[in-house]
Amino acid sequence: MPERWTHLHVSPRPDRGADPIGERVRRQAADFLSIETGRIATSKVYSMSPALSAEQVHRSCAALGNRVSCIVGAGTPIPQGFRSYISVDKRPGVTDDEGQTVLTVLRDLFPSSAEIASGRAASRDVYWLEHALSSTELARIADELVGNALVHVLRSGPVDEYAEPRPRSAAKIPLAIESIVLPRDDAGLLRLSEARLLSLDRAEMIALRDHYDCETVRAERSRLGIPADPTDCELEVIAQTWSEHCKHKEFSAVVEFVDRDRGTTVEIDSLFRTYIAAATRAVEEKLREWGQTWLLKVFDDNAGVVRIDDDHVFVWKVETHNSPSAIDPYGGAITGILGCNRDPLGTGRGGGRLLFNTDVLCFARPTYDRPLLPGQLAPRRVFAGVRSGIEDGGNKSGVPTVNGALVFDDRFAGKPLVFCGTGSIAPARVGDAPWWEKRIDSGDRIVVVGGRVGKDGIHGATFSSVHLDEESPRSAVQIGSPLTQKLASDFLEEACARGWVKAATDNGAGGLSSSIGELARIPGGAEVDLERVPLKYEGIQPWEIFVSESQERMTLAVDPGVEGDLLAFADERGVEAVDIGRFTESGVLWVRHAGRTAACLDLDFLHHGVPRKRLSGEWAAPPVEEPVLPEVDLASAILGVVGSWNVCSREGVIRQYDHEVKGRTVVKPLMGRGGPQDAAVLRLSWSDYRGIAVSNGIVPRYGDLDPYAMCACAFDEAVRGIIAVGGRLPGPGTESPQFWSVNDNFCLPNVAYDARTNPDGRRRLGQLVRMCQALYDVAVAYAVPLTSGKDSMKNDFTAGGVTISVPPSILFSATAGIPDVRRTVTTSFQAPGDAIYVVGETLGELGRSEFLHWLNVEGGRAPQVRTDRARERYRRMAEAIGSGLVASCHDLSDGGLAVGLVESAIGGGLGFDVALDDVGSFDHPAVPLFSETPSRFVVTVPEGRRRAFEGVMEGDARPIGRVTADPRVRISFGGRACADAALTRFQTAWRTGLEGYG
Amino acid sequence: MKRPEALVVTGYGINCEEETAAAYRLAGATATVAHLENVLRGVVNLDGFDIVHLPGGFSFGDDLGGGRVLANRIRTRRLPGGATLCDGLRAVARRGGMVIGICNGFQALVELGLVPNLGGELAAEAALMQNASGKYEDRWVRVRSDADCPAAVWAGLEEWEVPVRHGQGRLVFRDEALREEAARLHLDGLTYCDERGEPAGRYPENPNGAELACAALCDPSGRILGIMPHPEAYLSLFNHYDWPRIRRERPGTSEDGAGLVWFRNVVRAVTA
Repeated sequence: MPERWTHLHVSPRPDRGADPIGERVRRQAADFLSIETGRIATSKVYSMSPALSAEQVHRSCAALGNRVSCIVGAGTPIPQGFRSYISVDKRPGVTDDEGQTVLTVLRDLFPSSAEIASGRAASRDVYWLEHALSSTELARIADELVGNALVHVLRSGPVDEYAEPRPRSAAKIPLAIESIVLPRDDAGLLRLSEARLLSLDRAEMIALRDHYDCETVRAERSRLGIPADPTDCELEVIAQTWSEHCKHKEFSAVVEFVDRDRGTTVEIDSLFRTYIAAATRAVEEKLREWGQTWLLKVFDDNAGVVRIDDDHVFVWKVETHNSPSAIDPYGGAITGILGCNRDPLGTGRGGGRLLFNTDVLCFARPTYDRPLLPGQLAPRRVFAGVRSGIEDGGNKSGVPTVNGALVFDDRFAGKPLVFCGTGSIAPARVGDAPWWEKRIDSGDRIVVVGGRVGKDGIHGATFSSVHLDEESPRSAVQIGSPLTQKLASDFLEEACARGWVKAATDNGAGGLSSSIGELARIPGGAEVDLERVPLKYEGIQPWEIFVSESQERMTLAVDPGVEGDLLAFADERGVEAVDIGRFTESGVLWVRHAGRTAACLDLDFLHHGVPRKRLSGEWAAPPVEEPVLPEVDLASAILGVVGSWNVCSREGVIRQYDHEVKGRTVVKPLMGRGGPQDAAVLRLSWSDYRGIAVSNGIVPRYGDLDPYAMCACAFDEAVRGIIAVGGRLPGPGTESPQFWSVNDNFCLPNVAYDARTNPDGRRRLGQLVRMCQALYDVAVAYAVPLTSGKDSMKNDFTAGGVTISVPPSILFSATAGIPDVRRTVTTSFQAPGDAIYVVGETLGELGRSEFLHWLNVEGGRAPQVRTDRARERYRRMAEAIGSGLVASCHDLSDGGLAVGLVESAIGGGLGFDVALDDVGSFDHPAVPLFSETPSRFVVTVPEGRRRAFEGVMEGDARPIGRVTADPRVRISFGGRACADAALTRFQTAWRTGLEGYG
Repeated sequence: MKRPEALVVTGYGINCEEETAAAYRLAGATATVAHLENVLRGVVNLDGFDIVHLPGGFSFGDDLGGGRVLANRIRTRRLPGGATLCDGLRAVARRGGMVIGICNGFQALVELGLVPNLGGELAAEAALMQNASGKYEDRWVRVRSDADCPAAVWAGLEEWEVPVRHGQGRLVFRDEALREEAARLHLDGLTYCDERGEPAGRYPENPNGAELACAALCDPSGRILGIMPHPEAYLSLFNHYDWPRIRRERPGTSEDGAGLVWFRNVVRAVTA
């Protein structure tokens, strides 16, 4: 008998004014698709099975919508005056939080109904459009504005054809564990890798086959009564574990590097060890010399850990979620932010309290209008989807988004870069044991907590290791559930505080196979019974259960003695927690399904069996051509630069992120009258004024000229953002030393050379090597440690024979302790009459600057970081700000001094009058105004403190003019006024740059 | 004298419990943070509390509309004694305590019919709809308090600034008569206002398009109060968006934020 369903429609009352959601869609259809829809009304449709009685319908209607604002009814009430409809339904298996919540309401209403207790519910959005639109027009609005065919079933047409869909149930699929015979020929092995989306290359497939050919392995498998050939589950586990995502194969490869500039060839034994880990080791060495002990755990957990004080540690992790965001921007971004939240939750013994999020996003310009390749989404749509995914992921979790950046470059049209960061605070100890150390003993139970497993997100780890094309696996897409995760993280925080958890880790890429596979290394083995894993629906194969990346799940190691308490507490909190096995010391990861072996893998082979890659790279700096600067009207140039994509105001985006929840944010993304800031500052508690500063640095555009300079500038930008608010670099003899914790996130196109598919691979790898060298040099010079990070490789999109590759990019996300937040400063000018200084020497470094970009002129040198001078300057700046001598401070980066001055003026609602001749000696006013030489600041100082300030800065600060009460921009060069205009002109250009997008 | 006891409810996606508890402690009360489930199971009993506070957040992910599912649970689930939590909240108000809802908590109070409750029967008299801008926004607003509001929590706060952070804050009344009655009784104790202190008709001064530019609404007793902005996010001067300038222009300005003044008033309202 077919299932019976009840459908309830909830729609905003038309007499309450325009429907804001419908209105937004109407505007976007007109602006982006040139389709005039007329008015749009929206409805939510909730479908429930089994069907409700009339009495139940009546009570449900009252509970599901407020009659003051909504019309609620059963049946299909089509509003008057609309001629087309679009229905957006979730595909089977896609997270439907609202459907689940409807069940919650029904169960609260009818607690004694067994049918409702075991019932199902689904939610759906319907848009009613005034005009009769063609099926093509409706389909475009459906797929480009209100839904995504990857995750939604989209239907549309004339209203009289509207019908309630029949929610489908999954077909019965027999469960099986397959044995797979490995082909003897290499071509066959590669075909198998491709067919099963293993993303393993020839050498890796051969290593895998050799393992199964090995006599001792065969004998052991025979002894255990399992077939000699690998099971499907084993192949999947190996592929996940050996994936680029999990094993960082490029960074651990042996690299032959030809440096054509220096005429040298060197063999680099792992970029990670040689540069990244070595830099942190060198910094650790210095810290030890200085007697500082705050660096606690780097690289070998889900996040980096540093000490705040005797009782607290700070945990910091930045992740990328690029590939999923390219194909489903909303889902990719929301899982990105929620996934990143789970890293600190799954560090050490788990349960850290989330303090803040950061988001750095790289897109093509929203106006990008080249024809889209098959499977490629319009950049403005990627921007809007990612932005709203982060809004829901961050806001609904109650974690403030305090810092971020937007970078526009059309080379991100194939894959956007989506970096999500999360900082948290955890107790320094649990009982007598350090919190940051995971301890697992043989016999400890394996407990999974949080969401259920579905087919969503299968092959995410291997998928992120391949470039995207029109055939990319759609099952890799997932939608996060902030509510599920919030409940799980509240639960975990309390369970961990009670000492019930010995180790926690999150289920991200590779799902259970990664989380248990990783944790099993500590005691030396694990046994899992997959049939105990809670599933969203039937018909999921054992191997799929083990590698599924369904979100919002944590894996815990729990002492059997307290497991009962933990499970009972979870039940009380409405959180699903299930025992699925135990840790052992057998040396084996043994996975069963209903008693049958799905996988039995030697842990040593699993984690160390992957053959190392050998790669070759080369680098030769392109020749520098000095740009020829034409005569320009400086006011127009400033107007152009402040309104440019990479400089203009981010206010529209920033305001849609909650940056103040938790009530700790002291320096917010916008301060004063809306001036942007260089770093966020948060208080750590309400009982004192200690705090933490958070900033980021990313400048992919310099990389074309000089990847070393690009990476050094990005690192410097992150560091100087913290200096600009009043932070202090680590150093000897500092009273109350403050921790620093920096994450590096590399995003590159494919760097593995292949004559046919990747002829540019050697140069790209050369760029990566130069970036790593810069990272080492800057980290060691500043004594700032990298504590965690991530590499995302193969950020290429290929379709129809065309490849769009991202420029080599690196994000540095810096955090540092602040002894007293009341001593920090912001970028906003404070008072007329304050003296304006440029701190640091300005050089003719205009290569790839925002100014040359505006002029459309090539050439010039990339800015170089001079770490010795910068370190000394940063020390003096910390002294000056710490002593209260500075009124405002803004770092100079994109757009140089011009942007620094205008943004500071906007924040203060004040003007300025400066002479460029005082910046240095230059032939052309554009050089002092727009040079992007790093490690500089524009600082204002009250008249009475000038002498003291100049004394501290010892000649490294040049006075260039004054803050004025009159909100005008006045700039002179060679004694003549070269710009004199009202601030509002610049403010308007700056404020409206991104209007209508995001 | 005994310190007043405040119960701060959390769970199910509520997320401002930490700063709300800090606010009550700084304002001189004792604060207990309890999971809603523990309140419903009777582990935590309302009897001992002078203030019950529903904080901001996204209870149940804002599914079905902000505060709606939370309200349904408060209305339908039975406490061990047989009464609902909604009955319990009314009892707290009746014995001179206060029931406060901020942002998502305000949405829940409106959905429960506890405010404005002019008819006294918990009917749906108002709603907090999607912002007219169609967007969730975090921004600071200027607000004006009404000294004649029956909720006596506005002393020393004639005109002040405070952040709003919501997507559904557009207050609408069921009809004009209700709206006029609410205004006549001064139940709309807090008004979004412009630079001159006049009720703000336009965005962004009126951030959501609320009728009466209303930012807070209480019941006729003044003991049940919902407020859309977040005073708990302005406990300290250093939460203000322009604090460096305030310190420069008015040296010696108190390091307490206006939000803390507001919480002190709430605590005082149950002490008298």
